[in-house]
Amino acid sequence: MDALGYLAFGDTGWSDEIARGFVVTTTLALATLPIGLLMGFFLALAKKSEEETLRLAADVYTTIFRGLPELLTIFMVYFGLQIAIRQASIALGFEQGIEINAFIAGMIALAFVFSSYASEVFLSAFRAIPAGQYEAGYALGLTRWQTMRTIIAPQLIRIALPGLGNLWLILLKDTALISVIGLSDIMRQAGIAARVTKEAFLFFSVACLLYLVLAILSSFVFARIERAAKRAEVGA
Amino acid sequence: MTVIRETLLAPQPAPPDIARSWSAARITGHALMTFWVTAGVFLVWWLVGAWDIAFVERYLPRYLNGLRITLTLVGISIVLGAALSLPLAFMRMSTNRALSGFAYGYVYFFRGTPLIAQLFLIYYGFGSFRAELEAVGLWWFFRDAWNCALFAFTLNTAAYQAEILRGAIESVKKGQWEAGDALGLTRLQTFRKIILPQAMIVALRPYGNEIILMIKGSAIVAIVTVFDLMGETRRAFSRTFDFQTYLWAAVFYLVIVETLRIVLDRIERRLTRHLLR
Repeated sequence: MDALGYLAFGDTGWSDEIARGFVVTTTLALATLPIGLLMGFFLALAKKSEEETLRLAADVYTTIFRGLPELLTIFMVYFGLQIAIRQASIALGFEQGIEINAFIAGMIALAFVFSSYASEVFLSAFRAIPAGQYEAGYALGLTRWQTMRTIIAPQLIRIALPGLGNLWLILLKDTALISVIGLSDIMRQAGIAARVTKEAFLFFSVACLLYLVLAILSSFVFARIERAAKRAEVGA
Repeated sequence: MTVIRETLLAPQPAPPDIARSWSAARITGHALMTFWVTAGVFLVWWLVGAWDIAFVERYLPRYLNGLRITLTLVGISIVLGAALSLPLAFMRMSTNRALSGFAYGYVYFFRGTPLIAQLFLIYYGFGSFRAELEAVGLWWFFRDAWNCALFAFTLNTAAYQAEILRGAIESVKKGQWEAGDALGLTRLQTFRKIILPQAMIVALRPYGNEIILMIKGSAIVAIVTVFDLMGETRRAFSRTFDFQTYLWAAVFYLVIVETLRIVLDRIERRLTRHLLR
């Protein structure tokens, strides 16, 4: 069979399998993003806090998850959770442990990594906003939360967007690592196709191409978001 | 009109410290620190409790060997990548459309796809061209997982380093080139003696991050049967099903990365001491 035959949809070709992997990859990245952003935001708040213990706790977190290889974090979360759940279920008197889902484990591991990097992006964005902005909010009688939501956050997002865009691309690429714990993403589906058909170069090229497509799509979306975030800027 | 007080105020005691209240932030901070300290103590207690001299004697040499392989792999690919990144960066900055287009495509591909996909493409994918590679006498190279990893990492880091280099060179003002011309230096001399030293200061931090990223990224060679630190860890885990194998790997990686970070900070502070006020 020729390359086109291998890439057909249906029972003979592999395109439908790989397309399913594409959906899994995108879903995983999209599911991790909000969790990672939220955790990263709160970590950044902790890092700029006046409370020393809070800063230190956040720094420990960042040091650990930025220092460990992503692959190791994934294995540790996957096997660690499995062992922890088994111990817990034995302690609770259940006979059988619960099999942990590769998707969930991957999501947790990637959220740890993403949030530790995102916290640094948010922190530097916070530092770029002068204290007068907060003071203006308080002088207007806004509460701390209102000041954060209506005055600081819109500026923060604008400053942090390019950095977060890079982190999103890194997240997309890191999802490929989840295939090693058995998630049927692009990499794994391409690997299976390569093993069955012996056309490894073809299928791994397709995988690379799909990641490039995701990167290009992301840059389009980011350009739009950035334009939307900057619409209030004078002279933009 | 001047007013001079006849008597000075009696010395006053220092105002009392404002008692810090237990705010939400302070409670959260203490709770989180308690968590980390407890986790740390538990970890040490566990690793000490599980200390088994047979285990250490059996696996420590393997871990160290794995560490050596990781560092060799990263070291060689960083150096080769640096050599390759120089022409790439210049091609990228060139006014020749074909050259800059090629460099742009190269950089876009290697930065836009996962390193693991590139590694698989080379290690498994080049097997599809076995006959062709044998014909040109290169098959012995691509047959070996270690060579493939080295090849993939070199190409990958070259793309990242080319971007770092380009950014750094472009950050040096045009007047520096003109000053070199005015002094009668050749372009090469200007580049080597004036531009590069200034660009390197800008590039130092990104270079450091790139080395750290490569050390972390190199863990994926474990999947293509190279026994680096991660590979040895996986082998040890598959034999013992003991989670401490992973914890030891984490300790090793954290120590390398943190040491590197501290060393790079020192170097940067040393090189930029003329910029500090």
